[in-house]
Amino acid sequence: MNRRKLIKGGLAAAGGFAGLAVAGRLADKYGLLPPDSCGPYGPGHALTYATHRLITRHSMAREFRSDEISEKPFANPTEFRSTEFERMRQGGFADWRLTVDGLVERPSSFSLAELRSWPSRSQITLLACEEGWSYVAQWTGVPLTAVLERVGVRPDAKFVVYSSMQADWQDAIDMADARHPQTCLSHGFNGDDLPVEFGGPLRMRVPRQLGYKSVKFVNRLRLTASPKDVPLTDYSWYAGI
Amino acid sequence: MVRFTHWVTAISSVLLLWSGIEILISHPRLYWGEYGNVNTPALFQIPIPASRASVPTGYGYVLPDQNGWARSLHFQCAWALVVVALLYVAYGFVAGHFARHLWPRPADLRWRSLSRSVRAHLRLKPEVDDADYNVLQRTAYSAVVFVLFPLTIWTGVAMSPAVVSAFPALVTVLGGQQSARTLHFFTAFALVLFLVVHVAMVALTGFWSRTRAMITGGAKGGAA
Repeated sequence: MNRRKLIKGGLAAAGGFAGLAVAGRLADKYGLLPPDSCGPYGPGHALTYATHRLITRHSMAREFRSDEISEKPFANPTEFRSTEFERMRQGGFADWRLTVDGLVERPSSFSLAELRSWPSRSQITLLACEEGWSYVAQWTGVPLTAVLERVGVRPDAKFVVYSSMQADWQDAIDMADARHPQTCLSHGFNGDDLPVEFGGPLRMRVPRQLGYKSVKFVNRLRLTASPKDVPLTDYSWYAGI
Repeated sequence: MVRFTHWVTAISSVLLLWSGIEILISHPRLYWGEYGNVNTPALFQIPIPASRASVPTGYGYVLPDQNGWARSLHFQCAWALVVVALLYVAYGFVAGHFARHLWPRPADLRWRSLSRSVRAHLRLKPEVDDADYNVLQRTAYSAVVFVLFPLTIWTGVAMSPAVVSAFPALVTVLGGQQSARTLHFFTAFALVLFLVVHVAMVALTGFWSRTRAMITGGAKGGAA
C-alpha cells in the first residue's frame, strides 16, 4: 500500500459516498425511497424498492388458468379471537363496514353488501408466503382504485394504510400499488364468499408482493402523505422481494 | 479489484448463507412446480426443526422465528454481492484477468495433465504456483463465477412476485416459483461445497500466508 494507492482509494471512497448522497436525494425526489430506508437494512430496502418501482411500474402479476388453481390451499392459522368479530360472523357480516378516511375528499364507509354490488374483478394469482409456501387461487373483489375514485384522493396522498379488525394488524402500500389494477379488496375466493380462515369477509390482495401484504379482515383504509404514518415491523415494508 | 471484490463476496456469502438458513427453517420443505404448501406433497423435506409451528417436522419444539431481519439481511447482502460481481466481471473481461488467470488453458484440459492434477490433489499435494492458478482451480473458479453465482442469483430473483410480473420467463422456464426455490437451495448448496473445499485448500497450502496475500496483495502467494 503506497501513498498513491492510498490517495486513489481515498478519492474513490469519497466519490462513492458523494455519489450515494446524490443518488439518495434523487431517489427521494422521485418517490423511490421506502419508509424503512433508514436503519441497518435501509440500503437494501431502498435499492430493492427503487429498482422495482423503475422496472415494474405497470407490469401485471402473473395470472393462471383455472385448472392451475391449488386443490388444497393453505391458510396460516390466525390467533384471532374477538367477540365483536364472532357476533358479526354469526350475522353473516351484514354489519361489516369498510371505513375510508385521511387525505380523501369524502370520508366514507361502505357496507359489505355495497362493495359486493360494485363491479368486481376476478383473478387467479399466486399467494406466496414469506415462509416459503404458496398456493394459487381465484380472488374476486373490488379493485382498490374503484374505492379510491369514490372517495376522491387528495393529490398529496402517498400511501394507503389498511387496518385489520385483528388488533394491531395493519400495513400500507404506496400509490403505485394502490392504483394498480390487480390490487383488490377481495370478498370472493374460488367462486365462493371469502372464508374467514383466508381472511374473509374482506382481504386486501396485493398480488405483486408477498402474502404478508395481503392483510386479512380489512375494515379501514386511511390515506396519508407522511411515511411516519406507515406502520413498520421487523419485516421489510416493501415485499415484492 | 480482484481482492476487494473477493472479500466483499466472501463476507456477503457467509451472511447470505446464515440468513438463508434462517429463512429456510421457517419452512424446510421443498416442492416442484408453481406452488406448494403443507397440504401438498413435498419433493422432499429437510429433517431439521422449523421456526414455524405450521410445518410438521416430527420435532416436539419450534425454533425462534428470525425471518424478519434474516430476509432483510439476505437481500442487502445479495445487493452487495451483485454490485461487486458486476464490477468484478467488467474488470475481468476488460483487464484480461479472466483470459490470463481464470479460463482453464486448453493444454491443461487434456486428459494426462488433468489426471495428473487430480492425483496431486488427491494426495493432498496440489501443484502450487504462486503466480498462477492450476487447472483444477481455474475450472472450479470459472464454474463458480460463470455458472453457480449466476444461477443462484437467477433462481433467487425468480422467486420475486414483482420481478416476474415484469419478466415472467424468469420463472416459467424454471418450472414455477417453487421450482425456483428448490433450485436456489441446490445452487446455494453447491456454493457451500465450493466454499468448504476452497477454505480447505487454502489451509492445506498455508492458511495465514495465503489469506494475508489475498488481503494485502503481497508478492508471496496470492493464488489459492
